[in-house]
Amino acid sequence: MSDKVPVTVLTGYLGAGKTTLLNRILSEPHGQKYAVIVNEFGEIGIDNDLVVGAEEEVFEMNNGCICCTVRGDLVRIIDGLMRRKGKFDAIIVETTGLADPAPVAQTFFMDENVGRKAKLDAVVTVADAKWLQDRLKDAPEAKNQIAFADVILLNKADLVTPGELHEVEARIRGINPYARLHRTERCRIALPEVLGRNAFDLDRILEIEPEFLEGDGHHHAHDHDHDHHHGHDHAHSHQHDGGLKHYHDEEMQSVSLRTERPLDPDKFFPWVQDLVQKEGPSILRCKGILSFKDDDERFAFQGVHMILDGDHQRPWKPGEKRESRLVFIGRNLPEDKIRQGFESCLA
Amino acid sequence: MTEARNDIPSVVERTRPVKADAPVVAAHFLGTTAVFVRGEETLLLMPKTGDARTASVHDGAILCSTADADRIVTGGDDGKVVSSGAQGESAVVATDGKRRWIDRVAVGPNGAVAWSAGKQAFARSGKGPERMLDVPSTVGGLAFAPKGVRLAIAHYNGVTLWFPNAQSEPETLEWKGSHLAVRMSPDGRFVVTSMQEATLHGWRLADRKDMRMSGYGARVRSLDWTVGGKWLATSGSTQLILWPFQAKDGPMGKTPRILAPAEAQVEVVACHPKQEVVAVGYADGLVLLVRVDDGAEVLARRPSGAPVTALAWSATGSALAFGTEDGEGGVIDLG
Repeated sequence: MSDKVPVTVLTGYLGAGKTTLLNRILSEPHGQKYAVIVNEFGEIGIDNDLVVGAEEEVFEMNNGCICCTVRGDLVRIIDGLMRRKGKFDAIIVETTGLADPAPVAQTFFMDENVGRKAKLDAVVTVADAKWLQDRLKDAPEAKNQIAFADVILLNKADLVTPGELHEVEARIRGINPYARLHRTERCRIALPEVLGRNAFDLDRILEIEPEFLEGDGHHHAHDHDHDHHHGHDHAHSHQHDGGLKHYHDEEMQSVSLRTERPLDPDKFFPWVQDLVQKEGPSILRCKGILSFKDDDERFAFQGVHMILDGDHQRPWKPGEKRESRLVFIGRNLPEDKIRQGFESCLA
Repeated sequence: MTEARNDIPSVVERTRPVKADAPVVAAHFLGTTAVFVRGEETLLLMPKTGDARTASVHDGAILCSTADADRIVTGGDDGKVVSSGAQGESAVVATDGKRRWIDRVAVGPNGAVAWSAGKQAFARSGKGPERMLDVPSTVGGLAFAPKGVRLAIAHYNGVTLWFPNAQSEPETLEWKGSHLAVRMSPDGRFVVTSMQEATLHGWRLADRKDMRMSGYGARVRSLDWTVGGKWLATSGSTQLILWPFQAKDGPMGKTPRILAPAEAQVEVVACHPKQEVVAVGYADGLVLLVRVDDGAEVLARRPSGAPVTALAWSATGSALAFGTEDGEGGVIDLG
């Protein structure tokens, strides 16, 4: 298991700073060697021994799942790179600014050859603090990339006012409250924050609590009037304690479920399978830790669109609160239906 | 299916072991010399007698290889297509202008050679000029027809059939999905591809009738015709799956013959050049020789843990070479 090569996926809209982050990763004295897969039409040179130009090819699978797509170019390139295993420690995939991260992620679960040799580490999204809000309105790709991310770098944070920064963070949180969010200038960040995250590893699904804005930081400046920024996509903003804003993106949101009552596995699995079959195209990511009745082990699962991956994780610790928590991030999720369905899975 | 196969005939003791010291990605024979293709840079040539020697062929990964009676043709991530002989002598057949990866190679009748880089397929027959064809997506597989210079090029949503030396427009066989390896039957009547999904697709060229061969547990990465083309032997299951192609309709409406069940997945198959016998390599390192007629088995290698990744018969069928992912190899003398 552990000899699978970790793969980090870098996404971000055009000009956000993906290549800056990539060059930062490659140039720091970390002693690690990376194989880098870049978009063939990428802008600038990368100084690295193992760089492969990829032309994005999204292939549909004929298995009846309309959203089950893989990146054919990655299937081929990872197979080729593995012939040089030992020459690098990890792989970084830089996607185009318009890329959908889902087919990239699905490749690791749908292609057995890739899945046997490599594992998805995390989806890291670089966002432009100044322009992200505009892109969230006019570019569905940008919203996808935020919703899909495990780690978000809110880059060029020095080019906006504290108030604007706060506003854009609230927007990000309205879409994806679960990603690790970092403010950066020129993508300056400690590399362990973006590499070696194990975000898709079931053993590491320990915390699925949302990251609240409070945790992020120092800029508790009060925002006064930003309504003109988001008038077009009908977002709502609510002032909560401490003057923090919480947005609900009308299109993309997360549904978080929690119960202290044990679940019935014979009800839960058919329900969740049916849910992702029917709602798979709109569910971008899901993850959960579950407590089943008469079961002393924690069950963890995570998924991308229609693909679910789950297993028993470890025994519940003595004194640990046996609680089930799930989160779905997606587009126009039928929240009431999901909540009712989940309620019906209680033992 | 847990029998250890302790009581079947064995040829294990006829093995001459080979240490490849690197993952073996393919094996071939040039005359009586077994050739092991390493994942990077070199070939290991093992003559019938005498010591093994190494031939440097690529500056980087060796991505694909094929062979005819006289030469091994390899493609590398250095953008080169290289042809090598039994003495280890090698020559560059072509260098990609942009140093793109050479993803696939094929050899055909009369010294024809083909290769692909991205969405372009190239072919050269004998001493003729190099020809190029753009296809709609990255080439998944290449194969020459058994006669004449005609190339089958697998890609997303189908296969393109191309006469590189003719002016005629290429033809396309369509089927939705990503097509990888491609093979033409020895009688030239059928084209078969393995797909990204765990299934095979086929076309009868006469009327372009589609055939779907499914039921696999894994993607079919190895497929080979038995001598004369009566059966198509395939990996992708914990058994050897053989599709019947002798009838006019090929495997249409028929079930495959299923032999040699084991615990591990079949990784690679290679058909004997003279008899209906298939060498089958499994994911746990087991190699069996299986007679198609009655399913009789001979043990050729005991399971070692690492997957068998390469199998090749010599032209006479008197020797079998095998290689594994962890760099073990051997030549079994059956003469």
